[in-house]
Parts: sequence; C-alpha cells; structure tokens
Amino acid sequence: MKTHHSSFNEKELLHELKHFLPAQAPLKDFIHHNSLHAFQHLKFYDAIRNASQIFGYKVSLSLREYRDMYKKNQINSIILEKVIARRKGSQHISSWMEKMINRSYNTSITPRIGSIRSNWKKEYYIDMDLLIHPILFRILCSYLDQGISIWGFPVMHKGFLASLREIEKNSYMSFFKTSRAKQFLLQPNVRMTDLLKLVVGDEALYNQYLFDQQFAHQGWSGMVSVVEDAPQTLSDHRKISLHDLIIFELLLEIDALDQKFGPNWAPLSNRLNLKSINIFGEVPSTDLSEVISLWQDAFEWTYYDQVLGGIQIEKEAAPVQDHKSFQAMFCIDDRECSIRRYLEKTDKNCETFGTPGFFGVEFYYKPEHANSFTKQCPAPVTPKFLIKEIGTRSKNKKDVHFTKQTHSLVRGWLMSQTLGFWSAFKLVSNIFRPTMSAAAVSSFRHMDKYSKLTIEHKPNQSHHHEHDLQVGYTVDEMVTRVEGLLKSIGLVNQFAPIVYVVGHGASSVNNTHYAGYDCGACSGRPGSVNARVVSFMANHPQVREILRERGIDIPDTTQFVGALHDTTRDEIAFYDEDILSKENTERHKTNDKIFEKALDYNAKERSRRFESVDSSLSPEKVHEKIRERSVSLFEPRPELNHATNSLCIVGRRSLSKDLFLDRRAFMNSYDYEIDPEGKYLFNILKAAAPVCGGINLEYYFSRVDNQKLGAGTKLPHNVMGLFGVANGNDGDLRPGLPYQMVEVHDPIRMLFIVEHLPEVVLETIQKLPEMYEWFINEWVNLVVVHPKTHKLFFFKDGKFEVYSPVKQDIEAIEDLFLIFESHQENLPVSLVN
Amino acid sequence: MNSILQIFVFIPIAGFFISLLIPGKKEGILSWVAFFTVGLHMVSFLVFLVYWLTHGRVSLNLKEIVLFQSKDYVFLVDFYFDKITAVYLLVGSFLTFLVTIYSRYYLHRETGYKRFFNTILFFYTGYNLTIFSGNFETLFIGWEMLGISSFLLIAFYRDRYLPVKNAIKVFSVYRIGDVGLILAIWASHHLWHENITFLKLSNYTLVHDHLLSHTFIGAFISLMILVAAAAKSAQLPFSSWLPRAMEGPTPSSAIFYGSLSVHIGVFLLLRTHPFWDQQISVRILIGILGLTTSIIASLIARVQSSVKSQIAYASIAQIGLIFIEVAAGFENLALLHFAGNAFLRTYQLLVSPSIVSYMIREQFYNFVPRQHTIEDSWPKKIEYSVYLLSLKEWNLDLVMDYLVWKPLKQTGRKLDFLTLPILFAMFIPMYLIGLFSYFYQDQLPTQIHAYLPPFFAFIGLIMVLKSFSERKNPVMSWFLIIMNHFWTVLSISFNDHFSNYEIAFYLSGIIVSGTLGYVCLMRLKSREDVIDLNGFHGHSFEYPRLALVFLIACLGLTGFPITPTFIGEDLIFSHIHDDQFILVFLISSGFILSGISIMRVYARVFLGPHIKTYHELPYKSS
Repeated sequence: MKTHHSSFNEKELLHELKHFLPAQAPLKDFIHHNSLHAFQHLKFYDAIRNASQIFGYKVSLSLREYRDMYKKNQINSIILEKVIARRKGSQHISSWMEKMINRSYNTSITPRIGSIRSNWKKEYYIDMDLLIHPILFRILCSYLDQGISIWGFPVMHKGFLASLREIEKNSYMSFFKTSRAKQFLLQPNVRMTDLLKLVVGDEALYNQYLFDQQFAHQGWSGMVSVVEDAPQTLSDHRKISLHDLIIFELLLEIDALDQKFGPNWAPLSNRLNLKSINIFGEVPSTDLSEVISLWQDAFEWTYYDQVLGGIQIEKEAAPVQDHKSFQAMFCIDDRECSIRRYLEKTDKNCETFGTPGFFGVEFYYKPEHANSFTKQCPAPVTPKFLIKEIGTRSKNKKDVHFTKQTHSLVRGWLMSQTLGFWSAFKLVSNIFRPTMSAAAVSSFRHMDKYSKLTIEHKPNQSHHHEHDLQVGYTVDEMVTRVEGLLKSIGLVNQFAPIVYVVGHGASSVNNTHYAGYDCGACSGRPGSVNARVVSFMANHPQVREILRERGIDIPDTTQFVGALHDTTRDEIAFYDEDILSKENTERHKTNDKIFEKALDYNAKERSRRFESVDSSLSPEKVHEKIRERSVSLFEPRPELNHATNSLCIVGRRSLSKDLFLDRRAFMNSYDYEIDPEGKYLFNILKAAAPVCGGINLEYYFSRVDNQKLGAGTKLPHNVMGLFGVANGNDGDLRPGLPYQMVEVHDPIRMLFIVEHLPEVVLETIQKLPEMYEWFINEWVNLVVVHPKTHKLFFFKDGKFEVYSPVKQDIEAIEDLFLIFESHQENLPVSLVN
Repeated sequence: MNSILQIFVFIPIAGFFISLLIPGKKEGILSWVAFFTVGLHMVSFLVFLVYWLTHGRVSLNLKEIVLFQSKDYVFLVDFYFDKITAVYLLVGSFLTFLVTIYSRYYLHRETGYKRFFNTILFFYTGYNLTIFSGNFETLFIGWEMLGISSFLLIAFYRDRYLPVKNAIKVFSVYRIGDVGLILAIWASHHLWHENITFLKLSNYTLVHDHLLSHTFIGAFISLMILVAAAAKSAQLPFSSWLPRAMEGPTPSSAIFYGSLSVHIGVFLLLRTHPFWDQQISVRILIGILGLTTSIIASLIARVQSSVKSQIAYASIAQIGLIFIEVAAGFENLALLHFAGNAFLRTYQLLVSPSIVSYMIREQFYNFVPRQHTIEDSWPKKIEYSVYLLSLKEWNLDLVMDYLVWKPLKQTGRKLDFLTLPILFAMFIPMYLIGLFSYFYQDQLPTQIHAYLPPFFAFIGLIMVLKSFSERKNPVMSWFLIIMNHFWTVLSISFNDHFSNYEIAFYLSGIIVSGTLGYVCLMRLKSREDVIDLNGFHGHSFEYPRLALVFLIACLGLTGFPITPTFIGEDLIFSHIHDDQFILVFLISSGFILSGISIMRVYARVFLGPHIKTYHELPYKSS
C-alpha cells in the first residue's frame, strides 16, 4: 500500500487498483486463492479489519452467530477463557467475557470506497451506475466473449479502446448519446487526466474517484485486469487493459452528464467541498474488532483442540507388515481423506499416502485432436514439458441444444418445431433418469482410457519439440521426479507388489464452476494424466536402475499403476493394466474389489450431507444414488468439494490413522527421518501453504460474505461470454464461490500440523519470505508435533510455544455408519478402527 | 361434461391455498403439495382429453358464476374449452409438472423456498384461469394473476437491486398490456351490449353483422387486443423486458419467460381470432408486427454474449413468426410452433449453465478462433452500424423511456410544489364542492355538466401522476392513489347513473385495502427513522410479515381480484359511453399508473438492498 499522494500518478494508480481487484481467472481456469490476497502483508486480524472498513466486506461471522454457538457449546468456554487470558491477560477475563457475551455493538459497516462517487446521486440527482453499467458491461462482455454470440465483436485485434474507436469512426451509430464524448473517443491519444479534470476537477481526488468507480463493478474490472496480465487465460485471446476500461467509462460518464445537463456542468469537486481522504489509512482497532477476533480464535481453537488431542494420543504401533498387499498414493486433497481410511479399513495390509495430485510431474497436456494444451501442475509453475495423447478411441458427444442454429430465425423456426419436441423428451428423461450426457462434465473424458501418452523424450524423432516445449522427459529428468516424489512421502523401501498412483477429478452437470472441483494441484484439471505419467516413469527399467544407485531399491516385482478417482461419482479407473505381470494381474483383481468396496463406503459417508439421498440404504444402493445425483441437471451440489476443510497434516500416516477427521483434512505424507534437514519439507510447505491456505481462505471469505466476496446463490446465474457468471442480464460478474459450495463450511483458518522438530520447521518456513508470510501473519495456523515426544508446539509471533490440549479424552466410535444415517452437521473428532 | 371444466381451475387454486399454510421449513411437504397439485391436474386433464378427443371434440362453454348483477350489467365468470385450450394446457401442465420436480432439489435450502412454490402455484392458477376463460372478464382475472406472479418471481431475490428494479420494469410493461385489455373490454361492452363469450365470438355471421355497422370500434378492439398481446409476448416495441425478466432462479425463468408466460400473448390472439379475422387491415398489422419483431429480435439475438439473453431474444424472434402464422390463419401451425418453441427454450434455459463446460470442451478439441458470419460480407459501415444498434438493443429501452416514462415523470415533477398540507387544503374543499354539486346537479347548466366527468377524472390523474413521481413520502403517495379512486367515482357519478350500491361495491375494496396499507406504513414509520421513496430500503429483511400484509393491501388497491373493487373497475368502464374517448383515456391512464405507483411504493419501501449494513449486503451492481 502506498501512502497517499496529492498529485496523481496514473501508472501507480493502475498498479494499486490491480492489486486490490479480485484476481479470479475465467471459469475454465478457476483456481482457488485468498480473496484478500492484497492484504496478506498484514496480520490476519489487522487485514480483515482494514479490508472491512475500506471495502465494506463482512469479514467474520456475525456477533450473533458466535454467541449462538457459544450457547450451544460449539465454542468451548474453557478455551474461550484461555484465549482471552493469552491475548488480554488473565486479570481481564471477566471484563472481556462480559463484552463478548452481553454487550451490544453497532455492527454496521460504512466503507470508505464509494463515498465520493455517491455524490452524483446525492447532489446531482443522476444515477450514474444505472445509466452506465448496463451498456458498459454489455460492450465489455461482447468484446471478451469466447463464443456465445453468433455475430462477434467486429473489430478486436487492436485493443479495446482502439477497436471501439474504429467502430465509432466507421458507423452511422454511436456508443454515445452526445457528441463531446464521441469526439474524445476519436482522438487517438485521449488522456485519463484530461477526462478526470473534466469529471472530477480536483486532482487530489482522482485516486479515490477511480477506486470508487472501479469498485462499483469489481467483478468486471477484476476480469479485465486478469485478462490484461494473462491473455492466454482466454482461448480466444483479447487485448484489453484496465486503462482502456477506465477511459471508456469516464467517457460514458461525460456522455451521461452531457445528456442530462447539456455541455455546461461543474466537475464534482467544484460544486462540493470534498476533502480527499486516504482510503488506505490505517483503520484503528476497536472493542468490536477485538471482540470478533477473540470469538474467532475461540471458535477455531475449540476445533483445533480436539484435533490436537487426537493427534497426541499414542496410537498402538501397527505391527510392521512384511507382506503389504498394495500401496496407494492419493492427492493431499481433503476429499481423499475418507477413501484412504476405508481402503485401510477394508484391507488391513495396504498402505496409503498423500501428496499433491500432480505427483511431482509438471507438464502441459495436449489431448489428441486438440489445438491447444492445458497445464497439469500447480498454477504458479511454468512447465517446460509437453505430454501428448495419441491413439484415442472415443469421440466427444455433441448436443444440438447448444448449437447456435437454434437461435437464428429460419433454422430456429424449423428446429423449434422438430428439435423442440425432442427437448421435451430429453427433459423428462433427464429428470426421471439422469444419465451422463454431452452437457455433463466427466473427469474420465479428460483422457481416453485406451490412449497412449508420449512420456519418454526421444530426441531423434521428429516433433520432439513443440511450441518451445520438450515432448516427454529424458531418463534423468524422470529419475529426479520419481526420487523427489518417493522421498517426500517417505516411501523408499518396503514396496508392495503394486503401487497405485491415484489422481482425482470430478463430474458434474449444469455447473459453471466445474474447474474448481477438479484437482487444484493440476490447475483445475483431473489428475489422470499425471498419475499415468509418473507410473510410467517409476516402471521404467533405466529409471529404476539409477534409483537403486541412489538408495531407492524398487523390487522388479513391484509395478506402478496410474488411476483416476472421480470424487463426485466415487468411481475409479485404472490405466495401463495390461502391463501388469501375471501375478500382479491376479492381485490387481483382488485389489479392485477392495477399491470398489471402499468407494461404496465412501459414498455412504458422503451421502449424510445430501438431502436427495437416503443414507440409511446399503452402501451399494447409496453409491448408485450418488452416481445418479452427479449427472442430475437439477442438483446444484454435485459434491461438496472442499467445504469444511480446516486442516493440513504433514507427517506420517500413524499421526492420523485411527482418527475420524470428517473429510476436513488435507494430508501430505512425510517422514521426518528421511529428511532430517527439512529439504523435502520445504518443498511440501512451499506448495501447501498457498494452495491449501488459498482454498481455505477462499472458502472462509465466500462463506462470511457470500454477497460481496462470494458469488451469491448460483440459481439465478447467467453465463457471460463463457468466462464468468453474473446475475440476470445486466449484472456485475460474480467472482468467488457460490452459496451452494460454501453453505456448510465453518469459516475457520487452516491449521497446519507438521511432524518434525520445531527448530527444523522454524528454519524451513523462514527460508522463503512469501511462504513465511502465511505463517507469521497468521493467515494459517501452525502446530508442530514432536515426532518422538508427541509434544505439541504452537507457532505464534515467530516462536514456538508448548500447547497442551484441553480436551484429552477423544471418544471412540464403534459404528460410524449409524452416525452417518442420522447426522448432517460437522462431526467431532473421534477414534475409529 | 361442461361442468368438469371448473375442476381444472379449482385444483390449482386449492393447491395454492394449501401451500400457503405449510411452514417454510418443511421443504418436502411444500414441494410435494406443488408436485401433487400439478400432477393431479395433469393426469385428470389427460383422462379428460382422451374422452374429449374421442367424443367429437366440441368446444365447451360453462357459464359459471355470476359475481355481480345490476339492471344492465352482469359480471360473470365463464369457462371455455377447445383445441387451443387443450394445447396450452397440455404444454403448460407438462412443463410446470417437470419444473416443480426440478425445483424441489434445485432450490434446496434457498431462502424463499416457500415463496417460490407459492408463486409457482399462484402462477399456475392464473395460467389455467386464462386459458380456460370463456369471456374477457375471466381472462382478465387470470391475466392479472400472471402479472403479479411475474413481479414476484422476478423480484424473488428481493434483497438485490437489479431484480427489484427489473420486476418493476416488467410490471410496468405488463400494465400497458393490461390497459389494452381493459379498453378492449370497454369497447366490446359497447359493441355487444353484453359480456360477450368467446363461444359467441366464433359465430361468424354475428361478428360479421356487428362489424359491418361498427367498423371503427371493431378496429379499436382489435388494436387494443394487439397491444395487450404484444406487451405480454415481448413483441416490439416492448421486447427488451424479456431478457431482464431472467432474474429469478433458472427454472422459474425457464418456465415463465422461456415458455408459458411469454406465449400468453399468442394465446390471446388465437382466442380472439374469430373476431379480428374478418378485419384484413388488422391481420396485416399483426403480420407486420410479427415480421419486424422477428427480424430485429434475431439480429439482437445474434450479438448477445450472455446465454440467457440470447435465448430470450431468439425466443422473441420465434414468437414473432408465430404472430405471422396466427395472422395468416395457420392456427394449427401456430400451436405446433408454440409447443415446440416452449419446450426448446425451457430445456435450453435449464441446461444453460452447462454451456460453459460444453463450449470450452468443444473449443479445446476443435478450436476455430472466429467464425465468418454473413455480416462480414456487408459494407463495413453498415456492418458496424447494425452491430452497434443491435448491441444497444435497437434503443428499445430508450424509446419507451422517451415516449412513456420520461414525460410522465417530468409532468409529475412539475407537481413537486404539492405537499401534503397543500393537497389537503386544495383538493378536499374541491372534492366537497364536487360532491355538493353532485347532489344539486339538476341545477347545473348542461354545458358545464358535460365537462365535469373528464375534469374530475383529470384531477384524479394528477393525483396519480404526483403519486408516481413522489420521491419523499410513501404515505403521501399512498393517499394520492386512494384519492384518485374517489375522484374517479365522482367523475363517473356525473357521467351516468351510478347507483350507490355500485359506488359502495367499488369503494369497499379501496377503503379496506387503503386503510390496511396506511396502517402498515404508519407501523413501519413508528419503528424506523426514515422511509422515503428515494431509493430502495429493503425493510422486508426485518419486517417480512409486514411486507406481506402491505403487499396484500397493494393488490387490493390496484384492483386485483381479491376485493369487489376488481368488478367495480369493470363497472366504472361500463358507465363510460362509447364516444367518450377522452374520459376513457383519462381513467384508464389513471389505472395503469396507479398500479405502477403502488408497486413502486411497495418495492421502494420493502424490497431491494437493506439500508442497514450490519449483515451481508449485495453490491448494487449485482
């Protein structure tokens, strides 16, 4: 944040605006991120207090919600007192308790943004937004449109403003109603400051005015800003800039004012005595903001405490299995938390691992017949490799309902009388017997099961490079990746005969946010390709040879198999099964049944949150209903995605093995013994903090202010240009998550639980300032578990403090299914076996 | 067999009232009631349909209930059934049935779940009344119900600005259509000297004879019917309301604006077809309107970059073609086209969110940057101009604004000097004088006597204009509407013999709902510091019950068929002679505007973003 300048610097202003605008990419590249990323340099509570006063966001639950939870014992009173004692001193407990529980506060929010520009309406009696927004949004949407309109924007290669100018110049019509704005547009070098002088007057107010203006439609401005910085995020590229948008909007304002008052009107500052305020000036903390932060802490620690109590329990050391049936690697994703538990339950001899779902192989993927490629690794990474799909068998289904012919006059006339009756039939069949259709998204379609991939780099072949990308990996490159993967999860010996590498994806229909349901570590794509690629590498004889030299001895009898778990339908597909040896084929058959059973169980556990599924049915029946639900047009919640996420556990499986964590934990397997210096830990946390933290905070903010930071209810959403959603026809774009995704989410910050020595962890997180910021500024919480003593250390203000859980007794549950059949809410941590 | 018709109207009414009684938390029961009501309706109709088809397919007419009778005036509810009703009912019940099932899960946990199903059933009742109506009066009841249910569904997300604003906009356009219908009813009273049934209209010679002697009034009726039909079916120049109506949950947009509601204009044309069929000029006019609409709407559809507005304009274009088919006399083709278009657009809207994944996948696997369209071969200047014009929706909004709303508002603003004390000081004595002279009207010179009805109606209209443009005091706005009705009564009393019984009949609803609304506003005023009409206040957030009661008062005051005033309105018109165009213009303008003004008061006080900011608040631009 810059301090306030009285003189106007356009470049600086644009930079600052872009910093604060929502940074959500177009729908196809939906990636979770911290909604308040612009405030991340501040401590969490300072940041949300500032954001709230500046932008008018609601940044926590309401006071009443906290108090209700306290009454219902969902916030523990002992923990509440501990929180107050720690932050305010134990002598002040009663006075703060009084404030928190009984005192009434004025909780209304009056944001700083918008205060200047509101004078148009108050003093000039002109509703600028009403006059300008509809036409501005329509022009922007038509310009950026990715293929909805039949007749596209006629000029688009020159950049936004230049294209408008070109049309204005060669048309009998005009964008404007009056001539002055038109003249301005026709000047190729129209300057922002000139327009501001005319509209605002006083230079000291320019910054504030433009913030008011752009934040009146932050959705559209944010999209423009994202496309400006990353044009490739639209498949049909567009040149546009925030600068152009502002100029055009100022012109529309001049037009509206000219239209209403004629050419002679006084700029805003001439008529009113407006004082410029520093919109980013520090917002002082108040009793209310303190009370809220204390409540939030107490709310979070009530949950953390039971988790930590459970983690600390010495579990019976599982007898070392010398005969492992199989091993399976999953994504760290919280949705994979329960399936791992069921696999381990169904087959006591198996072992599961968690690691980011791109499995350490970063590349672009190009399906056969595709004209472009898609990134298959975390968003910040820029891969140098390309994996191509060849030899596919299936074809994409088409659906004539989405074709444009139905919208034209004559063909529409024919089609409405023919296709129309087919629609009626389709509607009936879709409502009574939902099946997978062309309208639906299926994770299994991402890659053809029987296709081949170009995984090994062959320098002698033609097409070994495409678009500066190397096609496939060399053996050395493969070794590095496989070694990194295995060491980071602590799988370096005792290999089972089959090691499954299971990526994940999702299926849904009528879901504009579909990309947010796939694997976040694969840039919002299914992880099937990565699973296959890494399995191929690990099966490669030369790779194994070098690995052996480096101390990882994978027996020849061990084979890796790639797979894809569809988290919505709870189905799994295995790839390249034909490479399995005879013995392993037999084993795989047995394992397949185990997977199937675990998936049924998993479906049953998930169904407890779903209104449309009767959870008391048998797991198989429930699973059938879950599959049906995933392709139902009328189901706005195909799955609950990351809702309720709250933990990230980095450590050995033994830490959490018998704990029931209710699908709320990201789990990254990690063995401190293999990594005494924290080298792999650094890589894990470097990715996990922004990815898991970003997911968590997006859910947090979309939940506490679903209107301003979330997308509101998705039921009335209208798709704009294939890149965003808005309400109705003339609305602003709605970044953030829709209500249906976050309603069951408890807004608590993520707790990282890392198993290592505190000093090693401290050193590790401090290595990278961007990563350290997450922890030191408390955007995520961190507790370290001492691997030997099981003592807990809580990270606060750069130091570790010992933490002993209040709740020591964790309930053991005999039959989870009974609970699933009767409970919809979040369940407490408990012991299961 | 005739008496079976009432069952089809009764079932949805019963379902609607039952649904009102169910607590909002009981999602299962609520949706089950809707499902059962519409399902029962559909099944019993199918049985009936088979019987009807196999038994000669004769048109049925049922003179049902006489609601009001005086010496030379009868208001009766009349039902009618023929092929057109059959097709509309088949399509309507089928789609509504599917959409209730669809919405049962789709709206799960949505605030307003109950409101949604109440409104759907209310709509369905109105739809059935309309398509079963056997005369204009019955049709008008259904017509009004469709208008209100549209308002409620568009403003379903009542805490946001745009839905509420658009709901008023659409309601206003509907209101223009309503007045077309009122005037058509008025003129046909004078043409037939009775409440003509649609059955009678199909008597060729009867219509022919009447039209021969009354060419002008015949054309006037047809024209008014056309206005009503064009407004309801989003034809020119009203088209731009349709995409803006898509503010509610997707299934409601699909069924209302994708299919049923928007085809009701076509229904009106089909229903009155025997009447205007003999007027060639009217048929040509309908054809031209349909043609122009379909061309312009499909141009606009071509440039739309959001899914729902694209479907909306494409649908308008098809309805334009249906208008042509109707005008050309291809009734069966029009019915087929209606059914196909309704199914197609409903389905397209329901799957509209899927377009993102579908098209992106298409593009990914088969990407063609930009397709060459026919317009690219036009001269550049023409291409750009037409594009720009279509992008701006052919300035339809602006035109309506300049022609209708702006002049009204400006005239209203000129009345800003009228404050409540001035109003009382000026108009109450004036009214008393009017009343006084009414009792001694024998002594008035006849020249003056003839001018009094339009004069009083004019004062009434001024009241409404002031109410319509009032920015501050909702209570004043409310009062002015009530006063308008009193002036209207005075005006009609001078015009014709208006019995005390009739006056009481008319004013009873006004007084009751006027008082109720006044009490509501005063109650709110006693608890809140500011309630003005300058922007939305969203008080339904804290006072949902009060909002509901006030809405009922509003409906009563607009002459909605819940009080005798509804029939009173029709009565009023029956007392306007067939040559009094000025009077009929003044009084009907008063009716349209007062309706809009009342809904405006309701919306500004109770709907929109809440003025208090202690909870989540949507942006104004959303």
